[in-house]
Amino acid sequence: MSSALIDLVWQSTLETLYMVAVAGILSALAGVPLGVLLYVTRPRQILAQPVVNTVLGIVTNVGRSVPFIILLVAIIPFTRMIVGSSIGTNAAAVPLTIAAIPFVARLVEGALNEVSPGLVEAAQSMGATPMQIIMKVLLPEARGGIINGLTITLVALVSYSAMAGAVGGGGLGDLGIRYGYNRFNPTVMLITVVVLVVMVQLFQSLGDYLVRKSDHK
Amino acid sequence: MISLDNVSKTYGSGPGAVQALKDIDLQVPKGTIHGVIGLSGAGKSTLIRCVNLLERPSAGRVVIDGQELTAMDAAALRQARHQCGMIFQHFNLLTNRTVYDNVALPLELMGQSRQTIRERVLPLLEMTGLADKTAQYPAQLSGGQKQRVAIARALASQPKVLLCDEATSALDPQTTASILTLLQEINQRLGLTILLITHEMEVVKTICHRVGLISDGRLVEDADVGDFFTAPGTQLGRDFLNDFLKLEAPQALIERLEPESGESTHPVVRLTFSGDSVATPLISRLAREHGIDVSILQAKVESIQGRTLGLMIAELMGSASQTRQALATLESFDLHVEVLGHVQRTD
Repeated sequence: MSSALIDLVWQSTLETLYMVAVAGILSALAGVPLGVLLYVTRPRQILAQPVVNTVLGIVTNVGRSVPFIILLVAIIPFTRMIVGSSIGTNAAAVPLTIAAIPFVARLVEGALNEVSPGLVEAAQSMGATPMQIIMKVLLPEARGGIINGLTITLVALVSYSAMAGAVGGGGLGDLGIRYGYNRFNPTVMLITVVVLVVMVQLFQSLGDYLVRKSDHK
Repeated sequence: MISLDNVSKTYGSGPGAVQALKDIDLQVPKGTIHGVIGLSGAGKSTLIRCVNLLERPSAGRVVIDGQELTAMDAAALRQARHQCGMIFQHFNLLTNRTVYDNVALPLELMGQSRQTIRERVLPLLEMTGLADKTAQYPAQLSGGQKQRVAIARALASQPKVLLCDEATSALDPQTTASILTLLQEINQRLGLTILLITHEMEVVKTICHRVGLISDGRLVEDADVGDFFTAPGTQLGRDFLNDFLKLEAPQALIERLEPESGESTHPVVRLTFSGDSVATPLISRLAREHGIDVSILQAKVESIQGRTLGLMIAELMGSASQTRQALATLESFDLHVEVLGHVQRTD
């Protein structure tokens, strides 16, 4: 294996990690609050707002139902507005983030749904405000489920980032397609897949570790 | 301390509406332990949730310590709830908080300083026997310990009232007894008013001063525990009592019971003694004065809130006129006589 190839793999690995990290962090920052909103505005919940809930639900579902490759090109004007360019790694991180937000939100909503309603009731009986219930009961109690959801998101982002090549975003998936498939170089293809497998394993193990560490159920 | 005036609760509307509570009037004076007992689905849980407005009554007033909760806005209600601790059947502890932090939660919600929280939480953990468990998580505790944490937590905001929602129903009999003892101590030491709901007569018998019986959303009895146990006012009350005391006539006898007396029958009676009548040598007196024999089929003595309660099922054996006179004598005493039926004499 030539040193040029090693450089290429290393470079692509960094690009993938960069895209996944940026999209992961930003989608968590937006997706967790959205997931909380989706949950607390449900009927009979602490901030029941059926109309808001329905609208948020539809928006979230639309976000999740657009195929990523279409989203990638459909929001090019928006991407250009945010990062000033429609090509490159930064440009790929924007649609990745947009795609991951509703994904995170639904996973967070699901994690909150696992919190026993009795705990919310107990907090209410202590005179907790809705905000206190969210910050002191719902989020801490759903911590394990939320970390689990974020891990799933990171792994999904690794796989989505393979499509970033379509906008010149680079990354391991792009490397695999261009060198492994188009130039018919099975070694590159194999290396790419192995690095991706290792990366996903590491994310999953780290996530599992954090869940174990933070959850006392 | 707690006053429910004409409280009703209806779920849904129109023909499908379910009326869970109907015109409940309930007064719990300061410092008393008031039990509400009833079968599943009778409305017990709804009732206790209406007291701190976890369920908002459809009609009626809830007043705690002179404050009308039903007239308050959300913010005032949250303040008022600090006066009103609550414990639950399934404890409802936060799994990701330690014992200490669980007990600290209500104080955190009130915005108390770390220092104040520490000064409040540690004595409570001491009192509930959890001083060595402060750093443990609920998953590491037994059911009884979890309920102790929940009690400490409910007391952290120094409430005047404690609501107990089936607090011992998930516990074994021994643990139940220790939790009841703790509640009794709290009641006596802190003068806390306790309203508890339960389906266990044992709980009522052990710690309650007064008891209400709820059936189909209505409060059908509300009496001193001693009175309730000696002379329940309703059939449901009697069913609960009989079930609790397990004092039923033997099956073979029940099969022979006839509703009407005849020339050759003996009455079978259930006698409930309480207070002074327990000490009366009643049976020997009946035998001596009326010349009858008394065959005791079942008997039991219970001590309830310092009052002794005796129960007996007996067959009065004698001629029709003798047993009639004997019954009249029995009724002149301070005891409850119930004629279960009549059996054909076998002699």
